[in-house]
Amino acid sequence: MTAIRHTLYLTWRQVRNFLRQPWFVGLSLAQPILYLLLFGALFKKVVEIPGFATDSYITFLTPGIVVMSAMFAGGWSGMGVIDDLDRGVMDRLLVAPTSRGAIMLGRVTPQVLTILIQTGIIVGLALLVGGHFAGGWGGAAVLIVVSALLSIGVASLSNGVALLLRKEESVIAAVNMGLLPLLFLSSAFLQQNLAPRWIQDIATYNPANWAIQAGRTSLMTGPGSSGVLSHTLYLLVFAVVCTWLATRAFHSYQRSV
Amino acid sequence: MSGLSAPPTVETAVEARSLSKSYGDVPVLEDVSFGVRRGTVFALLGGNGAGKTTTINILTTLIKADGGTATVAGYDVAARPHKVRGEISLTGQFAAVDNRLTGRENLRLIGDLRHVADPAGTAASLLRRFGLEEAADRVASTFSGGMRRRLDIAMGLIGSPAVIFLDEPTSGFDPAARNEMWRTIRTLAEGGTTVFLTTQHLDEADELADDIAVLHQGRIVARGTAAELKKLVPGGLIELAFGDDETRDAAATVLGTSSAPARHEGARLTIATDGSAAQVARVFAALEDARIEPTEFSQKVATLDDVFLKLTGVEGGDDR
Repeated sequence: MTAIRHTLYLTWRQVRNFLRQPWFVGLSLAQPILYLLLFGALFKKVVEIPGFATDSYITFLTPGIVVMSAMFAGGWSGMGVIDDLDRGVMDRLLVAPTSRGAIMLGRVTPQVLTILIQTGIIVGLALLVGGHFAGGWGGAAVLIVVSALLSIGVASLSNGVALLLRKEESVIAAVNMGLLPLLFLSSAFLQQNLAPRWIQDIATYNPANWAIQAGRTSLMTGPGSSGVLSHTLYLLVFAVVCTWLATRAFHSYQRSV
Repeated sequence: MSGLSAPPTVETAVEARSLSKSYGDVPVLEDVSFGVRRGTVFALLGGNGAGKTTTINILTTLIKADGGTATVAGYDVAARPHKVRGEISLTGQFAAVDNRLTGRENLRLIGDLRHVADPAGTAASLLRRFGLEEAADRVASTFSGGMRRRLDIAMGLIGSPAVIFLDEPTSGFDPAARNEMWRTIRTLAEGGTTVFLTTQHLDEADELADDIAVLHQGRIVARGTAAELKKLVPGGLIELAFGDDETRDAAATVLGTSSAPARHEGARLTIATDGSAAQVARVFAALEDARIEPTEFSQKVATLDDVFLKLTGVEGGDDR
């Protein structure tokens, strides 16, 4: 139970940290709006491809942008770890009687707050510009849950990379090299069955795609739709495994300080 | 290797036995052993790259030694790191504060993590004690260097750890800030806390430490109190001047029987003592008995610098 309390204390620290950077908050909320409007305008005619299941690209794109934003927000999480390492704050936490799992969870769970706000803004804006979501509130809730799980998993990996490599450059490279391909090998922008066969095959094992599929299905047709539960469970496993791996990275860090 | 295998007692706050550590092929620590008595200030003295921080990292459970054992507050650092962490705090070379939290929030966070009974009250009293009350609710990024460092030290005191580790606590300080830090450390020691500090400043070790170990190229080259270490170099010279050569010779005769070898220079006499006031007093007593009055008196006390230079051979020595 100590670990849970510690996680809460450290989560609260991160939340305050986040809220005290108004520029950062503003930008991280504005960016997805930009993506939604730009991609939405750019690919507007995609829905005219025969076989496309919806006639509104904004409706199709919205869950993709939500998941994309969540994934990148998680990806940059490691930058904070680098900051803590450089300042000696990490050493202070490690020397305090704090569980490593709590130190890791306290860094990744605040993602949920970001995602909650981002999703509200993106879906709200999508509704304004003509999106329609039959899944309603329940659908939006599932979208938030899967985005949060993906973000927690990705944030853990990012923190692990930060602990192992200890350089901002490494985190930046890992985010760009790792996350962009995940995005393009998913159905974020294009309906899955319209993508080349090999991309469809890879997407089956792509956590970003799990989140997009589950989020989109539930937002467009309802949380009870087929595939939602299974994809959500995959993401839960993904988040747990990644957090565990990242916690292991502390041991490696402590061997080589 | 060494036959030291007595179990740790509560009187020993920190004990290192034959610690070794290498990074790749580069040995950083070799056969490092020392003990720190509870409630004392211990200084690990050494230059850059001597292995001070590595030693602290091992003792504070941040890294594992390759060989040897260490106990802190009676717990083995490798076998029971969590127990050790409950008994210590570490204040590193950089002020480890969260810039986006206020001074109060930084203290609260550590208080919460250490399960102190009243985190808010503890934070408030530390803010008062370290003169940070006015700045308490400003974010730490607005603090001056000295304030950050004070906050850093305050964070290290939360939960009254039995052993406080300070890694170069005054590096980069101006003399006023350094004196303030010294006062803080003395206050801690008076309160019964064991303080383990590293320093490259000999005067700092001399000023604060009950016991000193000199670390050089990963090895302990000397251990003892400041006074004991100073005895390793000829020191405690006193110089007396007399009105004329006859008086000087008379003094030399008198002192020749009561004191260590003396050296003549003009009407002056230089006498080697152990640097203690008692021995200096004996010299004057002997002269007074013989009714000889020196016209001048000066004293040159061996400093830890002399010891350090001799031991480490950094400046012309032949030790290593």
